[in-house]
Amino acid sequence: MREIQCRLLVIGAGPGGYVCAIRAGQLGVDTVVVDAEPPGGTCLNMGCIPSKALIHAAEEYHRLAQLSSTPSMGISAGAPRLDLGATMAWKDGIVERLTGGVATLLRKAKVRLVAGRAAVRDGKTALVETPEGPVQIRTEVLVIATGSEPIEVPSLPFGGKIISSTDALALTEVPGRLAVVGGGYIGLELGIAYAKLGAEVTVVEAAARILPQYDAELTRPVAQRLAQLGVRVLTGARAGGLSDSGALRVAGVDGAEDIAADKVLVTVGRRPRATAAGVAGLRLEMAGPFIRIDERCRTSMAGVFAIGDVTGEPMLAHRAMAQGEMVAELVAGQRRAWDKRAIPAVCFTDPEIVSVGLSPDEAAAAGREVVTGLFPLAANGRAMTAGDEAGFLRVTARADTHELLGIQAVGAGVAEMAGGLALALEMGARLEDIAGTIHAHPTRGEALHEACLRALGHALHI
Amino acid sequence: MGIHAIRMPDIGEGIAEAEISEWLVQPGDVLREDDPMVAVMTDKATVEIPCPVTGTVIWQAGQPGDVIAVGAELVRLEVDGPGNVADDAPPAEPSRQAETAPPDPEPAEAKAEAAAEQPAPKPAARPAAAPLRPEGERPIASPAVRARAREAGVDLRLLRGSGPAGRIGHDDLDAFIASGGIPAPSGPQADTGIKEIRVIGLRRKIAERMEAANRVPQITIVEEVDATALEDLRARMNAQGKGARLTLLPFIARAIVRALHDQPLLNAHYDAEAGLIRRFGGVHLGIAAQTPQGLMVPVVRHAEALDLRGLAAEIARLGAAAKEGTAKRDELAGSTITITSLGPLGAIASTPILNVPEVAIVGVNRLAVRPHWNGAAFEPRKMMNLSCSFDHRVIDGWDAAVFVARLKELLETPALIFVEG
Repeated sequence: MREIQCRLLVIGAGPGGYVCAIRAGQLGVDTVVVDAEPPGGTCLNMGCIPSKALIHAAEEYHRLAQLSSTPSMGISAGAPRLDLGATMAWKDGIVERLTGGVATLLRKAKVRLVAGRAAVRDGKTALVETPEGPVQIRTEVLVIATGSEPIEVPSLPFGGKIISSTDALALTEVPGRLAVVGGGYIGLELGIAYAKLGAEVTVVEAAARILPQYDAELTRPVAQRLAQLGVRVLTGARAGGLSDSGALRVAGVDGAEDIAADKVLVTVGRRPRATAAGVAGLRLEMAGPFIRIDERCRTSMAGVFAIGDVTGEPMLAHRAMAQGEMVAELVAGQRRAWDKRAIPAVCFTDPEIVSVGLSPDEAAAAGREVVTGLFPLAANGRAMTAGDEAGFLRVTARADTHELLGIQAVGAGVAEMAGGLALALEMGARLEDIAGTIHAHPTRGEALHEACLRALGHALHI
Repeated sequence: MGIHAIRMPDIGEGIAEAEISEWLVQPGDVLREDDPMVAVMTDKATVEIPCPVTGTVIWQAGQPGDVIAVGAELVRLEVDGPGNVADDAPPAEPSRQAETAPPDPEPAEAKAEAAAEQPAPKPAARPAAAPLRPEGERPIASPAVRARAREAGVDLRLLRGSGPAGRIGHDDLDAFIASGGIPAPSGPQADTGIKEIRVIGLRRKIAERMEAANRVPQITIVEEVDATALEDLRARMNAQGKGARLTLLPFIARAIVRALHDQPLLNAHYDAEAGLIRRFGGVHLGIAAQTPQGLMVPVVRHAEALDLRGLAAEIARLGAAAKEGTAKRDELAGSTITITSLGPLGAIASTPILNVPEVAIVGVNRLAVRPHWNGAAFEPRKMMNLSCSFDHRVIDGWDAAVFVARLKELLETPALIFVEG
């Protein structure tokens, strides 16, 4: 059996694993990364990137379809035609370019990428089934970056018309009727995309409203847009199995109902793959379903780190990347610890949502005296000229020092603000810092400036 | 639209200038006729100057503490219709700053104006001056500062941040490392801050008066008074429930009036420059009072013509007026002798400073029960000291001692206070 020796072995080449490997390689650490799939993990292969491609294509199609029925801005168009197979091929092309890019980056950093299914034997050894036969890898440091996978509903096992988010990104025909079980961000992103592509969409959410992890104020513009798009939303409703006729059984507040569906997309969340790849055999300390880590991503076993979705919420690619970078630097002997103040979160719903830090309610629950400022995009010139004025930007700051505690926005294109909003929190910005910064006109970003001015009691444009 | 200039009015009594104590309006404010514009302080009192016309404030002369001459421009208003000045006439600058003002030639009574506080020039930035954050609160620092600190093995929780909201910057980190990484002490610590407070208004007047008094050689006599009988009398009168509750002060005032009857020279002003002593017929009794603005001395006019209840009422009325800042100018001037009493804070003895040009001041110390030898045994008596100062240029020690002894006699046998002759 072939044997590989290395200093650092990373199990999983998702955003956490491949970033960790690239950074370690840059720092001269002899690194091996193992994954059965092309590098990039869920994010590149069946998550962030392909879904954004589909969302964009759906938006383009939807605009043309709207213009063909309702001319606007002086533009009319003929009826657009959709070839979803071609759309998916275009999307796959992007994914291939990106996964290929990651492989190149790994090679440039002198990281060895081993394609195959890994089984960790102990904290220093893993066995990998490669197409060329089994390989044993011996390492000094092990990083577990095995990620997460969609949760199945027992009464709705994946297969046939019941599909996961991964399957939804590979359909070649738009389903006539799509039922979405789970009104979280994945279900809504895909549900809205298919609604725009012409599907008749019903969203079934068990909680009292969609996107329950965000506050009601923030999700209201999304709920309004869903209504405009003709998406039916059943809240406080639990999905059962399929009826004999293949309809989705739903127990709602108004009684039971069968929802006829050609496809049932189940997006009720993701679970960490904390026991995959033989990791269970290490008997690491757990924190619920996640691997317990400290502020340096160390697990309970010396020389074994864990990063990414397997370590807890929020399960976001950029959090995994930051953890991977930190672990690589720790392995290279640098002093590092997790001290991030802000992990931005975005929803590519329509309109988009971005959130960083605390909401006013969360800040109050944490016992903070706060001041808040909200600026509606309906008062923003750029939003008007772009033809979508829905949404707002809201800031929350400490009442005593005016240090910003959180910023949320909902509106078209606001996801692009995420970096700037996170920067404000990482730098410890006060309302006065942002109020004193010139924001370019006309941009949606002016809403941040105005919201801070408003929190200070002297907004200019409202 | 025109510009209407309002000048510092002549507020009487030969006053040539007034100090701005507080602006009641800001540029941009719209004023109607008779709206108060500014509070100014003269030698005697604080006066609010009303606006004579309707208009919008566009300019005002100086800051609180500036002294404006009578007749100089005070405020400019934009008014409907023609104004009273050409638009391009530049407003006159405030005549001068209060700090450079020479001491007032005339003695002035205390009046209502607080010493204005003003931010001091910032001393060299010392991170140690900022407070450490409360327990459990994370230090605010940029990611770059945090990374550098970690690489240098520095725990940012030990640092003070000199930035806004206590933010720790690269400079703070450099200074901390350069200092050898000595953590900011969490116990008692030196406060190196200096706050400069401009001495203006009443505080400046008090300082000037005290300086003037310090030029006078003063003699202070402290005498013990057995106030048991006086307190018994006071308690009985208060128990009768007629009129307002009596304090000790009106009794002492009465006693002073009686004592001055025998020694009129102590009820006088000494004008050293003129080489004159002005002996007054009437006893105008200054009552030193602590007010939120500072020490003020409202005056009981013609105390010799008031009975005990009348004195009590007048003392109470003037004390309240002084505290509220509503005392009129003539109620704060013209005393011929002064009483100073700090009540329960009155200490065992004090060295009262003359309210010049007066020649005598009576200080009342704290009343307390003390053992007293009556010739056979100790008995508890309500004892109180009087600390009295005199202008030794014109009052000899003998006269001073006689006056104090007379006060003691009157207060120990209070019936004498009320006996004619």
